[in-house]
Amino acid sequence: MADYSWPEADRRGQIGRRPARLDGPVKSTGFARYPSDQNPPGLLAAKILTCPHAHARVVRIDTSAAEAIPGVRVVHVIQGEGSEIQWAGDEVAAVAADTEDIARDALRALQVEYEVLPHFVTEKHRDRAPAAQPGSERTDGDPDAAFASAHRTVEQTLGMPQMAHMCLEPHGQVAAWDGDELEVHASTQAVSTLAGQFASELGIPATQVRIRTEYMGGGFGSKFSPDRWGIVGAELAREAGAPVKLFLDRDQEVSVAGSRPSAFARVRVAADEQGKLVAWDSDSWGSGGLPGASQTPLPYVFSRLPNRRLRHTSVPTNLAGSRAWRAPNHPQACFLTMASLDDLANELDLDPIEFLDRNLEFTGRADVYREELGIAAGMAEWKERWQPRKRSRDSALQRGLGVSIHTWGGRGHASNCDVTVHPDGAVEARLGSQDIGTGTRTIVAQVLAETFGLELPQVRVSLGDNRFPQSGPSGGSSTVGGVCASTRRAAQDALREVLTRVAPRLEADPEQLTAAGGRVFVEGEPSRSMSWTEAASRIGGAPVSAQGRNPGPGRLISSGVGGVQIAEVEVDMETGVVQVKRMIAVQDCGLIVNRRLAESQVYGGLIMGVGYALFEEWIPDPVTGRLLNADMEFYKLAGLLDVGSLEVHMMTGPGYDERGVIGLGEPPVISPGAAISNAVANAIGVRVPWLPLTPDRVLDALAGRGGIA
Amino acid sequence: MNGAVRRLEVEPRVTLLDGLRDVLDTTGPKKVCDRGACGACTVLEDGQPIYACSRLLIESAGRSITTVEGLGSPEAMHEVQRAFVENDAQQCGYCTPGFVVATAALLARNPAPGEEEIEAGLGGNFCRCGTYMGIRAVVAGPGQAGGDGGGNVGG
Repeated sequence: MADYSWPEADRRGQIGRRPARLDGPVKSTGFARYPSDQNPPGLLAAKILTCPHAHARVVRIDTSAAEAIPGVRVVHVIQGEGSEIQWAGDEVAAVAADTEDIARDALRALQVEYEVLPHFVTEKHRDRAPAAQPGSERTDGDPDAAFASAHRTVEQTLGMPQMAHMCLEPHGQVAAWDGDELEVHASTQAVSTLAGQFASELGIPATQVRIRTEYMGGGFGSKFSPDRWGIVGAELAREAGAPVKLFLDRDQEVSVAGSRPSAFARVRVAADEQGKLVAWDSDSWGSGGLPGASQTPLPYVFSRLPNRRLRHTSVPTNLAGSRAWRAPNHPQACFLTMASLDDLANELDLDPIEFLDRNLEFTGRADVYREELGIAAGMAEWKERWQPRKRSRDSALQRGLGVSIHTWGGRGHASNCDVTVHPDGAVEARLGSQDIGTGTRTIVAQVLAETFGLELPQVRVSLGDNRFPQSGPSGGSSTVGGVCASTRRAAQDALREVLTRVAPRLEADPEQLTAAGGRVFVEGEPSRSMSWTEAASRIGGAPVSAQGRNPGPGRLISSGVGGVQIAEVEVDMETGVVQVKRMIAVQDCGLIVNRRLAESQVYGGLIMGVGYALFEEWIPDPVTGRLLNADMEFYKLAGLLDVGSLEVHMMTGPGYDERGVIGLGEPPVISPGAAISNAVANAIGVRVPWLPLTPDRVLDALAGRGGIA
Repeated sequence: MNGAVRRLEVEPRVTLLDGLRDVLDTTGPKKVCDRGACGACTVLEDGQPIYACSRLLIESAGRSITTVEGLGSPEAMHEVQRAFVENDAQQCGYCTPGFVVATAALLARNPAPGEEEIEAGLGGNFCRCGTYMGIRAVVAGPGQAGGDGGGNVGG
């Protein structure tokens, strides 16, 4: 039985080091060709006409004027006469033309008559929703009795609106046919699963669809499907007999290509005199556009809290359907829960870290959170610097500290990998995975180099092509676990085969041999050795190859992480402007393959978190049903100097390494909204019940004005 | 452009960005917002950083245009490009070309910029993956606080 495992700490050559990402040079020089950068000969540009109304019926489409424009090659009606459109920005027609400007001319020449129908886009007003879908109530224990005998109870309504994924590379693809074979350069998180989806829509076998994604410009959960524009792009290319590039314009990208569901809730939570949680009651609602929104996991992390009552109402709106956004449902549940618990701690006159600590038995991983809370508090100098919520407004600038904790799974996805050792010593891994910016390419190379005792330049990683062994979509922080398991297993098997073939030369049994430092040697007798190059040259004329598959959790990978974040803010009491001064993140993720890339994931999570805590929201106009900020000027991302000082501590070493590799892309983005909201409450003495913490919302809270979001 | 003279004929309405990407196949500058709000298309015109999406190509006739590809290549990187690699100032990398050009222009003007100069030089560039810590380290320069002292570039 083969032994698949990671080397012990003192024998690791690559695992846990900090090599720079391998595609850094091509990215920083602009030489990396993204799907949107593909310019094959004869390329046509395609653009999509979208519906300007949030709810309408297509009465008539006249394409004749558009078709008459010189340079227009194909006009394609997507939703023809009689179609009911359910959100502004939905696709009505598409045009392929010689240039993008001509395609835009054609869009302007398309004449579409609509019958405008009533719409609803402001789900925060649940009582006004025409199609709210109340779910059934779920009760555990006896919340009424527990609230009745509780020492302290807080109750309030909290909420956060929908926000956009805002991938910088828009959704889209370059589609090219060669006979009845389709090649698609797609900006996707799902290289191996896209072909089948294209094939079924286009009526061709999946074997005739090739997907290529060497690089891609961000997905965050929104790029798992070909989407309608993908199928339309392929159809335009087939009809035109030429390659077609179709990428969404920014307003389309913001409006239809990815949003996170909103979450609102009336929350009641209570504790006893010892500061122990005794009851939770939440009446929540939210929307992810037309499909509504499901219940978020409440109460978050403290899921073993006794005496709970949950109700949830899904509120469909005339907005494009939401997509999985980095840690689906967790940031919302985290904000609703951690803000409520922070307010309860304040009612109890308890330090919120002390309060969390007293209730960790209601979480699944009390020991990890306790250790992390201690480390985070130390980094923040919490004991010395934290003060109870300020009641005085002695100064225009008030500082505050806030804390939040979070959890995520991260189990490795299904992944297959081929590893080949060539007689010249070159080693290659091929897998149908993708590097969406997390560093997958670099991680796989490190696992290869670790296994064969080589340096990174001596190994090659090929991914981003569905001709390689299938590997799962990059979602749920599952990629690193999947590819590490499949690559390590394939590499260990290939190495065993090489060692078996060279063992006679070293007059040893294969089991006695080790590959490290660019050499193969007899364990304990380094003088009985040969270079890796010589070993490879003795495998025979043909390469040695092995296939590895992720069989699921085990010694190589597992799942389940916890993290703690502390925010420090400064609030201008006169303008309502919130500045994040400092964020501290303490995070576990099992065995860390690349410390630098792991830290980058956490920094990135913190920064995206500052964005949705302070700036980011979809602002639908109730009158027109369109977004008022479907651009990058009024949809605000955090900038370089908006995010304060960020400090990251990774839990690693004994107790963590043994858990194997666990994904990290999502957990660090969960807590920032809650931690920053709690810091603002600490600074100004009152809860701002809404995210993002824009100046108007802060001033409203300071003035004691209620209202909703 | 990037050290060579390029002659081409385009419609007057073609932006510098579309001309670079679609006509000249110079795809380092990226089309992200296409409205002068995100900085991903930043190039140098006569040494000054501009948004290529907000300039007509004919306005740049007779001028010198340097894109991120003109600063250096993977084999011979500009020092700012090398610093982006060493400080992991990129994840998906789609904002990176614009950031690299804007940072190179900023540091050429002032090798040790203060906060206001950084805001003026890089406040018009946005990253979605959240690579600002690395970019700050690039701006701060080697050995400065915020730099990645534990580096081990290239393994």
